[in-house]
Formats: sequence, C-alpha cells, structure tokens
Amino acid sequence: MNSRRSRRTLLATGIAILSIGSLAACAGGSDGGSGGGEGKDPKAFTVLLPNENPTLKAQLDALAENQCAAENEALPLEHQSVAQADVVQKMTLLASQGALPVHFVAGTAQVRPDGDLGASGLIVDYNEVLEPAALDNILPAAKSTVENVYGGMVSLPYQYNVEGIWYNKQIFADNGIEEPQTWDELMDASAKLQAAGITPMAQPGAAGWPLTRIMGMYIQRNVGPEAMQAIRDGDAKLTDPEYLAGAQALADMASAGYFGEGFTTMEPDASTNAFLTGTSAMKYDGSWLLSNINDEGQNTIGTENVGFMPFPAVSGGKGSIDQWAANAGTATATSAEQFGPLVSDWLTCISENYGQQALQDAGVISGFKVNGEVTDVPETTALVQDTIANIDETVLWFEALFDPKSNSLASTNVSLLVTGQMSPEDYMKDLQASIDANK
Amino acid sequence: MKSVFGDRKTIIILLGPALLLYVLLKIVPVAWSLGLSFFEGNSLRGFEFVGVDNFVKFFNDGAALQSVGVSVVFAVLATAGQVTIGYLLALLYVFVLRRGSAFVRTAVFFPMVLPTVAVALLFKSFVSVGANQGPVNDLINFFGFDSVEFLASGAGTMAVALVMTWWGSMGFYAVLLFTGLLDIPEEVIESARLDGANGLKLVRHIVIPLSLPILLSSLIFSFNSTLKVFDSLLALNGGGPGTQTAPLTLYMYRTAFEYAEYGYGSTIAVILTVLCLVFTLAIFRSSRTKVED
Repeated sequence: MNSRRSRRTLLATGIAILSIGSLAACAGGSDGGSGGGEGKDPKAFTVLLPNENPTLKAQLDALAENQCAAENEALPLEHQSVAQADVVQKMTLLASQGALPVHFVAGTAQVRPDGDLGASGLIVDYNEVLEPAALDNILPAAKSTVENVYGGMVSLPYQYNVEGIWYNKQIFADNGIEEPQTWDELMDASAKLQAAGITPMAQPGAAGWPLTRIMGMYIQRNVGPEAMQAIRDGDAKLTDPEYLAGAQALADMASAGYFGEGFTTMEPDASTNAFLTGTSAMKYDGSWLLSNINDEGQNTIGTENVGFMPFPAVSGGKGSIDQWAANAGTATATSAEQFGPLVSDWLTCISENYGQQALQDAGVISGFKVNGEVTDVPETTALVQDTIANIDETVLWFEALFDPKSNSLASTNVSLLVTGQMSPEDYMKDLQASIDANK
Repeated sequence: MKSVFGDRKTIIILLGPALLLYVLLKIVPVAWSLGLSFFEGNSLRGFEFVGVDNFVKFFNDGAALQSVGVSVVFAVLATAGQVTIGYLLALLYVFVLRRGSAFVRTAVFFPMVLPTVAVALLFKSFVSVGANQGPVNDLINFFGFDSVEFLASGAGTMAVALVMTWWGSMGFYAVLLFTGLLDIPEEVIESARLDGANGLKLVRHIVIPLSLPILLSSLIFSFNSTLKVFDSLLALNGGGPGTQTAPLTLYMYRTAFEYAEYGYGSTIAVILTVLCLVFTLAIFRSSRTKVED
C-alpha cells in the first residue's frame, strides 16, 4: 500500500515538474532579441508573406532576377508563407523560438512599440537602420501613414492605398447625378438610383470592415481628422453624440435598402462583381480594387466608366472632403537580430526599385517612389496616382488604432447594427467598453 | 497463454508503448493546458502567474458565457436530431428495407465523408439571397413569399447549421444504431409479434429497450462531438451575426491565437473539457440506471 502511494506521489511530482518546466521554458521568451539592428547577416534573405498576397511574392522574385540580382547573389531570396488569419499565431510562435524569418508580415498590434514584437526589440525601426538614400525612396505620405498606424517606421509600404467611393460614370450620367459632395447629396443620389432599380452601393457585409469604413468616415467628416486618435487617447468616447451619429448614419443607409438585397452576408468578390458588371452604381473600397478594375475579364462596364471620389463631407462637420483615408498594406517588419549589411543592401534595393517594378508589372501603387519610366499605365490607375499626388492630409480608418479584440468586435457586431438587431447606442457602448477593458 | 498474460513484465512490454504515446499525446497537453490556465501572457511576452484569476474572469465574461450557451444549445439540438433521425433511419433499414438497405445506407452515409467546411459552403450557397440567390429562396419566392436572409440572424444561422449537421451525420448514426438493432435476437421480435406487438408498440416496448445501450452510447458520442463544434459554424457565418453563433471553441481559438492570450485561452479549453466530462458523466449515469432497469 505504502509502495503504491509513493509511486503515485512520484508520478504526480513528475508531471508537476514537467508542467512547471515547460511553462518556465515558455516564460523565457520575453528576453527577446538584441534590438537596434545590430544583428549579423543570415544565410538567406527569408521572406514570410501571406498566401493571400501572391503579387508581392512575384514582384520580389522579379527584383531578385533583375534589379536586385547582385543582392540576391550575395544573400539568396527564400520564401515562406502563412495564411493571413494565422499571422499573429505564427509570428508569436516563431519569435518565441528565436526562429523569425528576416523579413515578414506581422499583426498590426504586434509591431507597435507596446506590442509583443515591438516591446521585445525583435524588429527594426527602418528610420534608424536604413541609409538616408533608402529612406528617401519612401513617399512622405506613406511614411506618415505607417508611423500613424504602427507608432513607428516598422513596416515597409509595399502598398499605398487610398480609400474612397468608386462609381459608375455612365449610371450617374443616365440618372442625372453629379459626384456627391455632401452626405445629404449622397443619400439623395442613392434614393434616385434605388428608384431607378439600381443598387446604389454594393457593400459586402460578410467581411464587416466595408461597412465600418462608412461609419468611420462619417465620424471623421463629422468630428474631424483627429476623431479616432481622440478615442485612443481617451479624450472622447464612441458613445458621444457626434460619434453615435456615424453608427446611426450607417444603420439608416442599410434600413433604406441602399446596400441592396442580401448585403449582410455578401462576400467581397460578389460585391466587386456587382459593381464591375453595372448592377450597382457605387462601391466604397480602396485603390487595391484597381487590379479588378483593370482586368477586362471582370470589368464589363469599361475602365472609362469608372470614377473615384472622396467620401463626402458631413454638413456642419469639422472634417474635410480633401482628407482621404489611407493605409500602407499589411505590416512588413524586419528581424533586428538578422539585420546585417547584406540585409540592408536588399532592403535598399527594394526601396529603389519596388515602386517602378510593381506599378509596371502588376499595376500596384506602392508607398515607394517610382524611379524610372512606367509605360502603358491604365487610365484608372493614373487617376488614382494623380489623386494620391494631390493629397495633403490623410486619415486613418475606423479600427486602425483599436486593440485586436475591439477591432474584431467592431467588424463582427456591425452586421447586428445594419440589420437593426442592435441599436447604434448599444453598438458603440459595447465597443467603447471593449476599448476601455483592453487599455 | 494464461501465464504469459498474467506476467506483469509482459503486460508492461505490450501496453507500455501505447500507454507512453497516450500520455504524451493526451495527458501531457491537457496537464500543460491546465498549468497554463493559471498564467497570463504568451510564449513571446512571457507568462505571469495569476492564480485562479482567469477562471474568475471567465465567469464574469459575458462573451464567454454566451459562447457556452451557444455550444450547449447547439449540442443539445444537434444531438437530439442526429440520434433521432439516425434511429428512424436504422429502423427503416431493419424493418422496412431489410436486406435491400445497402444502397440507401451508402447514399445516406455519403455526406459523412465530405469535409465540413465544404458542406458549410454548400449550405451557405443554398440559402444565399440576392444576386447569387440559392434554391431555398427560389422556392420561397415560388410560393409568393419574400426572400429570407437566413444568415442575417442568429436563429436563422443556427437553424441552417443544425440542418447541415443533421444532414452530414445522420448516415453515421444510422449505421451505428443499425448494428445495435441487428444484435436484437430475431426470436424476441417474433415472439413479441406473436403476442400481438406490432408497429409502434413493438418499437416502444421491445426495440427501444433492447437497443438502449447503443442509443445511449450514440448520445454520448454525439454530444461530445457537437459540444466541440468549430469548423462548420466558423465556415457558415464566422460565428455571426455578431457573436450569436460563436461556440466556446471559436472563442477559445480567437482568444489564444488571434489575441495571443494563451493563458486565458487555456482556461477556456479547460472549462470546455470539464463541460464535456460533466455532460458525459451525466448521460453515462442516467444510461447506467436505465440499462440496469
């Protein structure tokens, strides 16, 4: 009996030691890397990108073969991939194992100064480690957007997207509609289009964010460009009347039927198809839609019929129609531990050549300068380029400064808001409570 | 032979490798998860011991409690449907189709081999509305009613998820229960018939009591698998609208892997394990009493 009891005690002690040992091993991960970009060069330029962005991989391959062939010779480019949905999990795991790739995508919150990667000193601030010549190749507007979103220059702007309302010029002309300059004009135009049997605006509710963007932009126009920073800093609450007005405006637009039938569960591809086949007259989206617009197989209304306008002003609001929402794509960081001279050469080469390469080859507008001639730029792409060139001030999107939980809540609950299952007051109250709880 | 299997060393040699694998793959992760539930943080930020704070947080977390509700409601309804439809099909195989049931059994079992996510996408397109309207709303329109956006409400999404689950798994439970019915001695059925028990009377007084053990095993099996539902509800509507159909597994996944809160995520996993255990024991206890009766 005694012997059995002592065996059990031994077994229990063994399991306890194993568990504690495992936990202690995990806890050691907080020591992080060296930081400050003082690392040694790795054996390869490993780049981890999301599966959902094949364009970036293709453009880096093209650079490796051409403009950056010498850098590739010295430090060969190697790809790794991850599903966008698994980015946070994968990077947390790799970082804790000391196995970060050289250049990689990461979660927005992870790369911020107080984020898991930023606080551990595992990633570089490009402002500190890149040569001035390389930094000069990043467009000031893109640099400013990156710093606003991530709290530092910790991401390279492989995309530079502005957001606005794409519209069908032919449908507008047929119905005697001019580009709406105010929210009221947008609602009048929507009513006119709906009466004519055309879906005013195709918004894919299944994704969540295409709906919160409208609410966020209404708030930016109503409160001013600092609206979301004020929420982050605790100087305002989403339950304040001027913020509530944004949720109300979105709910009203939905209940009026301006998003068409079945929009709540509509997927992004379906809404893009509705716009590019002329079923709907407008679509709030980013400049990344250019790849669809420039694809003749998808666009049956013709590129000449596609217009792009800023989100309209709100009467009496402090924001301006000239302030465009902008973003610089997914966070793309570089490991501090592996940032040596050869990695620096690679990133410098990318900054010099990516802008031209991506625009010429894939029609992608990036946050890098276009150093060289680009031929046969499609009409709509040129229109967006002009727009970007003339922007003086950009604003962030609704969830840009939220913590990951509140970001997710904003997108998931918006379907309840637009179907009337949740009042604007309750939507904003829940969201504000989440923001407060996760500070 | 008896001396071989009676030898302790032989038992250890034969069972040892399997037992070791079981401990490594099942017991260690559960113990690890239990250990993590007393910590806060993740493998990068490091872990901080917080005692039972995560458990206290769970019982004060509205979203977590809502997820428990979703999981339990889904498990109860899905189990009731799966076992009932499966049992009716099994009765059909044994008493109506008899030896000619092989083809029907195969046809009904077929959805079981399809990936859950593919089935969810199929049902999503069945009930879609608008430009790419599915056949369900076409039928509703045919009878003069307006289209219904099933996935825009929690009740609608849950209804579609249940139909999808029943459709996908009824063949499996039918086959499981069919084998149970085959075990009932033919003589017992015959003598009951001679005593005047036919149709429902025969099923109620003879077939159900004699197939009770396999019925209750099916209940335990079904409840445990549906309580841990994840992929079908995620693929169907992402746990939406809002979080109205987000089960506990999805909440755990988001907490641990999207928000990188491994400690609290482990706490949710531990509570899910306890839930499964409690329900299994409850069904098992009631089954033992009934079977012994």
